Amino acid sequence: MTAESGTAALSIEGLRLSIGGHDVLHGVDLSLEAGRVHGLAGESGSGKTMTGLAVLGLLPHGSRVSGRIAFGGRDLLGMPARELNQVRGAKIAMVFQDPATSLHPMLTVERQLTEHMGHHLGVGRKEARERAAGLLAKVRIPGPEEALKRYPHQFSGGMRQRIAIAVALACEPEVLIADEPTTALDVTVQAGILRLLRGLCDDLGLAVLLVTHDLGVMSAVADEVSVMKDGLVVETGPRGQVLREPRHPYTRSLLDALPVPPGENSP
Amino acid sequence: MSPTSAPSSRRTRNRALRSPLARFLVRRIVTALLLAVGITLVTFVLTNLVPGDPVSANLGQRALGDPAIVAQWRADHGLDRPLPQQYLMHLEGLLHGDLGTSQQSHRPVLDDLAESVPATLELAGAAILVSLILGVGFGVIAALRRDRLSDHVLRVLSLIGISVPTFWLALVAFYVFFFRLQVTPGSGRIDPGMTPPPQVTGLYTVDALLSGRWDVFSSAVGHLAAPALVLALYTIGLLTRFTRSAVLEVLGQDYVRAARAKGLPGRVVLFRYVLRPALVPVITVAGLAFGSLLSGTVLVEAVFAWPGVGQYAYKSATTLDLPAIMGVGLVVGVVYLVINLVVDVLYGVIDPRVRVS
Repeated sequence: MTAESGTAALSIEGLRLSIGGHDVLHGVDLSLEAGRVHGLAGESGSGKTMTGLAVLGLLPHGSRVSGRIAFGGRDLLGMPARELNQVRGAKIAMVFQDPATSLHPMLTVERQLTEHMGHHLGVGRKEARERAAGLLAKVRIPGPEEALKRYPHQFSGGMRQRIAIAVALACEPEVLIADEPTTALDVTVQAGILRLLRGLCDDLGLAVLLVTHDLGVMSAVADEVSVMKDGLVVETGPRGQVLREPRHPYTRSLLDALPVPPGENSP
Repeated sequence: MSPTSAPSSRRTRNRALRSPLARFLVRRIVTALLLAVGITLVTFVLTNLVPGDPVSANLGQRALGDPAIVAQWRADHGLDRPLPQQYLMHLEGLLHGDLGTSQQSHRPVLDDLAESVPATLELAGAAILVSLILGVGFGVIAALRRDRLSDHVLRVLSLIGISVPTFWLALVAFYVFFFRLQVTPGSGRIDPGMTPPPQVTGLYTVDALLSGRWDVFSSAVGHLAAPALVLALYTIGLLTRFTRSAVLEVLGQDYVRAARAKGLPGRVVLFRYVLRPALVPVITVAGLAFGSLLSGTVLVEAVFAWPGVGQYAYKSATTLDLPAIMGVGLVVGVVYLVINLVVDVLYGVIDPRVRVS
């Protein structure tokens, strides 16, 4: 799990995607490293989310993809469905935008935290339950034992997103794709979720792809930043460099659109 | 909340009642019982509001001319007492299983109903079973194979099912399959000349199985097939359409994509994440549809000469046989009540939000 910094945990090379004959991605290159948060910025419709979905093979019907998504020496794009299903949730996990809709409303938190443990790790009910309680503690849900018995609608938005993150971490993945994980939350809650992601990334050596349209979010946690426009990565590099000395005019226009420029003193 | 040293039986009972599902069930059942009392009142009042005099409907011309006979008849049937008292007498009778005596058959209404209700329950039950299996099954297939050939075919068929009037379909089915093709047996519940199985449930198919009479069973199933399918066609079409749209809606939900992202096997995603939430709207529609299916039995029973409640209700209504009408009203009301209770309970079982909040 503690891969050396510098080796790519997951790399996307020349990813092209068309949905129903309409070109969405025109050759996306991205590289994620263990223990690093890679921010993927860009406006709506630039293809950020689709890039994330492509990694797990969750693209909508009528999608045609080409290129290469290398993970553990294999190409995820050519992988048979059965094998890909063993990667999903186990090695590469995903957190979605809106925790109000990404958790099953009719299943207990325990069920949603443990059901994939059984499939991926083969752990028994009792052990899975203990692990689930541990996970909830790790994402700082108060009273984890009680929380396991409850349903998603009994939690606030921020708490739900923490639960969704716990679900994603349940099988100790190496890569976490977070698709706008704070967009649907109150500003006051956002910082907590971002700190949590940052902490998990550092503690567990996760490679995180943080998809967001919010450069403020980006400046708070990302190590690397890539900027997408019209299905292409137009700029990529360390956070400080991209946000302070943008080379691409599009990045500059995004930065100019911010009410307060991202400062040096961001956490 | 903390475990005490109370006797264990009491503790388990308390715990059982503390479970939200148990509390939810108790609440629903109590409501249903109160409604049942309401139904007796409504059937009683409605039957007494009907224009028309049961005396003139039941006595011959000559008897009607004699005031003494008329008064005697009214006294015999309790019609000379004030209405509230009549209702209380009616309720008291109900508590003893006495639904009064049919003025037409001169038999206790309960005995008449004991013959006709199982016949209708068998017919409607078979139709409901077939509708659920085929309607939900077709709907799921159509949704999963959206915009492919099988989806289009199923959608056209379901549209036909909804559009065709039941009475017309009953006549056509009877004519085509019995008179012309002779693939279905004729009217009635079993072949003429065959003795019905000893009555346990009153459902010939079940009773035949219980008594090991395979010949009776196959005859009963054969007689049941055509009317049940005719009755079910509408609900099959309705459920196909509702299930399809419900499944499609759930397929687009984030939590289904999240379930795939967790690497759950396809069948787990389908049953736990797609079908379970999709069933909630389907159950609502199914409950309503089965209520209307009961009214369809009147027509289907008439065409297939099925000796059920529908026919009995029709005969009672045309002769103003008040005790029989009240009995039928009570049965129909209770059946609706049971359907609604089942629907409510299923909501609670499927969707925890209903019982927790």
